[in-house]
Amino acid sequence: MAFATFAFYLFAVIAVVAGAMVIFARNPVHSVLWLILAFFSAAGLFVLLGAEFVAMIMLIVYVGAVAVLFLFVVMMLDVNFAELREGMARLLPIGLLIGVVLLVQLGFVFGAWETSEQALSARQAITPAPEIVDNTTAIGKLLYTRYIFLFQTAGLVLLVAMIGAIVLTLRKRQYVKRQDVLKQMYRDPKAAVNLVDIKPGQGA
Amino acid sequence: MIGLAHYLTVAAILFVTGIVGIFINRKNVIIILMSLELMLLAVNINFVAFSAYLGDLVGQIFVLFVLTVAAAEAAIGLAILVCFFRNSGTIAVEDINVMKG
Repeated sequence: MAFATFAFYLFAVIAVVAGAMVIFARNPVHSVLWLILAFFSAAGLFVLLGAEFVAMIMLIVYVGAVAVLFLFVVMMLDVNFAELREGMARLLPIGLLIGVVLLVQLGFVFGAWETSEQALSARQAITPAPEIVDNTTAIGKLLYTRYIFLFQTAGLVLLVAMIGAIVLTLRKRQYVKRQDVLKQMYRDPKAAVNLVDIKPGQGA
Repeated sequence: MIGLAHYLTVAAILFVTGIVGIFINRKNVIIILMSLELMLLAVNINFVAFSAYLGDLVGQIFVLFVLTVAAAEAAIGLAILVCFFRNSGTIAVEDINVMKG
């Protein structure tokens, strides 16, 4: 139990610090790397909560796809990021003020909040004991039966996003020579080569 | 023993970090998108924490859908950003005013 407590505080502190560094880092590339660290420690928190499947999906989707996408875009865009940061010192006090106010409000919520008595009876899918059915199996059994339509809708959302991203970024460059395989294949050797019979002494 | 409130506190701090990030990086769209990801991460932590402490698996199912939408949103957002950068050569939010909205 002591180890779980230690791991929680370790992951929590790393997540919070990495989250703060995401917004305060000077270089956007560093911001993305801090974001990856935040995702890793959040996945650690999920493992502590017993949600291994969500933790691993988190790592694969966020670190493997989203963060790398961010990294690509940050490195691809030729932008003067220092210029974008000016005015930050002016906005910092009001931003921090708003943050503190929001945190205090959330603290009030936590202070006056308690679980309803009906909460336990209103559960939709009671988690089976991890010794009998492990987390991934339980999620799979639920996701592929009762939530199959939502699951397929999620796939549709991803498909639409993929098509949208391709359509948005695809462009036809002019003045770029490309290989046209069909044109090459249908080229007629007779029309392409011109044999000239030159008499001796008349060459150019 | 780590209670539910500990996880909710971490999530609240991450969420507020995301909001503050949007406020102080008003010009840089990339950082704003990353702040959005931080806020969605905080929401996911809340979902999983409640799911674990109430013993209800639906919270973890919902996290998967939030994750899907977050990934789609990041892909579309970055595609729009790249598209806009090609046309105008800048990513400052102030310059995105072509529609005069």
